[in-house]
Amino acid sequence: MISLKNVHKSYVTGSNSLHVLKGIDLEIQKGEFVSIMGSSGSGKSTLLNILGILDNYDDGAYYLNGSLVKDMSEKKAAQLRNELVGFVFQSFNLISFKNAMENVALPLYYQGVNRKKRNKIALEYLDKVGLLDWAEHLPNEMSGGQKQRVAIARSLISQPKIIFADEPTGALDTTTSYEVMEILKEINAGGITVILVTHEHDIAAMTQKIVRLKDGRIDQIIKNGDLKHFQHQYAKELETA
Amino acid sequence: MFDLDLWKEILSALKKNRMRSFMTAFGVFWGIFMLIIMSGAGKALENGVMDGIRAFASNSAFFWTERTSKPYKGFQRGRQWNYTNTDIEYIKANVKDIEYLSPRLFGPRGYEGDNTIRGKKTGSFNIYGDYPEFFKIDPWTPLKGRLINQIDIIQSRKVVNIGERVVEVMFDKDEDPIGQYLKINGVYFQVVGVIKGETRVNIGGGRKNETIIMPFTTMQKTYNFGDDVHFFSVTSAPGVPVSRVEARLKELLKSKHKIAPDDMQAVGSFNIEVEWKKYMGLFTGIQILTWIVGIGTLMAGVIGVSNIMLVIIKERTQEIGIQRAIGATPGKVIMHIVAESVFLTVMAGYIGLALGVGLLELLNMALEAASSDADSIFFRSPEVSFQMAVGALSVLVISGILAGLIPAKRAVSIKPIDALRDE
Repeated sequence: MISLKNVHKSYVTGSNSLHVLKGIDLEIQKGEFVSIMGSSGSGKSTLLNILGILDNYDDGAYYLNGSLVKDMSEKKAAQLRNELVGFVFQSFNLISFKNAMENVALPLYYQGVNRKKRNKIALEYLDKVGLLDWAEHLPNEMSGGQKQRVAIARSLISQPKIIFADEPTGALDTTTSYEVMEILKEINAGGITVILVTHEHDIAAMTQKIVRLKDGRIDQIIKNGDLKHFQHQYAKELETA
Repeated sequence: MFDLDLWKEILSALKKNRMRSFMTAFGVFWGIFMLIIMSGAGKALENGVMDGIRAFASNSAFFWTERTSKPYKGFQRGRQWNYTNTDIEYIKANVKDIEYLSPRLFGPRGYEGDNTIRGKKTGSFNIYGDYPEFFKIDPWTPLKGRLINQIDIIQSRKVVNIGERVVEVMFDKDEDPIGQYLKINGVYFQVVGVIKGETRVNIGGGRKNETIIMPFTTMQKTYNFGDDVHFFSVTSAPGVPVSRVEARLKELLKSKHKIAPDDMQAVGSFNIEVEWKKYMGLFTGIQILTWIVGIGTLMAGVIGVSNIMLVIIKERTQEIGIQRAIGATPGKVIMHIVAESVFLTVMAGYIGLALGVGLLELLNMALEAASSDADSIFFRSPEVSFQMAVGALSVLVISGILAGLIPAKRAVSIKPIDALRDE
């Protein structure tokens, strides 16, 4: 599904060059539930953006669903994003003057689906995340958890193969965080690959595989069974820090 | 393809900043409004002036006599002189490129007291003796009866054509003037035609509808003008510039009447071709100026739109980022912003266009109501042509596109990830 080979990325600001990703090799199979962890500045968001074709990389190779993603035209990238990928953001990124249903329907609008049809589909997806009654509400009339559920419905409507979630629970309290994670788990159970970035170890612990980044390199990949151990080690690290 | 979402977004974006949208649109509105008003006013001035002389044969020239300004061949300066009957034949024989030649006599002027009498009615009118050729140069239409013709000239008939004002003053309301008699300076003339001038400029001054025209020969004999001729109207043959004929004629007349060739004053003349060109140049100039000022004002408005679009783009960077993250292609984004800009420009421009045309129409109505005396108005029918309106609208659409293109390019040049990060 996803295959990264020695991917490098640096940000150039004026004469300074910041080498963020220093050679990432990563394989993610179809249907996996992966979290990317790391301290701030470790490059986890950058990695997610590259995976989601929101950003480009300098060196190496990235294969998404078998095809090489490199130096793509904006148009091609936009189409690929629309077809293959769904995004969930920390700050929800809903469009403020559109109601929940219209926000959910937006990706279909870009696919050229007519209004009636896409609104009907949007209602189905809102129902899936339990917000059917909120379809006519604007984002600012909803709680953070509701907004994130709308965003998840929006990411699902184009029937993507992969969901990318950038700190989806970062702006939510623990209870709603767990609710959102439950939804993501369900999505994953339906066969969609889910990749999320988080720095909360309890959230990461709900996933099947944790990729830990440190200074632009993969420090550790922890598989399902080792999670308990990881949790323990992580707690220890926090204590010493 | 009506795209409801697109329009919803455009309207909500404009509504969010009502005041700013309004002020921006006002720039474009004002530009078009000024363009229409100025162009209409310029056109009205043109209509007013050109209507007065349009019907004149554009290849005509007119000659009269003034006192000489130079001593020559034994004559002192300041000599008064007149054209004579022999000049007519002399000119016809010596100047080839003449189409029509019409000598004229001015009868006793109206301001010397009432010169026309009928029963108890009296009036003071402009009296001319003319040849039928005159009607080819300064066209008149017979409303009733007929125009003076060649037989009237040959037989020196005592017949007259009279203007509408003469009919009003000298006849009762339901009286038919044709066949009736008027006593003009003591002599009776039969009215054979009521005529209306097609031009509004009267040669020799005075109002055109207060004119009485009689045969040239009749006037010369009846009022003892001897063989004097006061005035010539001439048109050049087709294809020959009347200025050339004018110069040649002046030269000829000077030598025949023993006037110094360099006397600039003695032979007075006036040439429609030159006047026409002068006017055309003037009005073309006015139109060009109008467009320069109008387009300039419009440009200021359009730059305003472009500027506001840039601000809107900046504000919506994140929103555009979201849209691009979930699959909006750059083309869609550009299309969206350009549509918004064109919408703003065309809306404002259309209102400006409509109000401008409306105001001109009101002005036109006011002018027409005030112009019972149409002869003296040099500002009439302010209007803008359909082409002008279409031209202005296409300028609007094009400038709207241009105004949107720069901000749109800016919006697309932002990477989706940068746009998302912008908070």
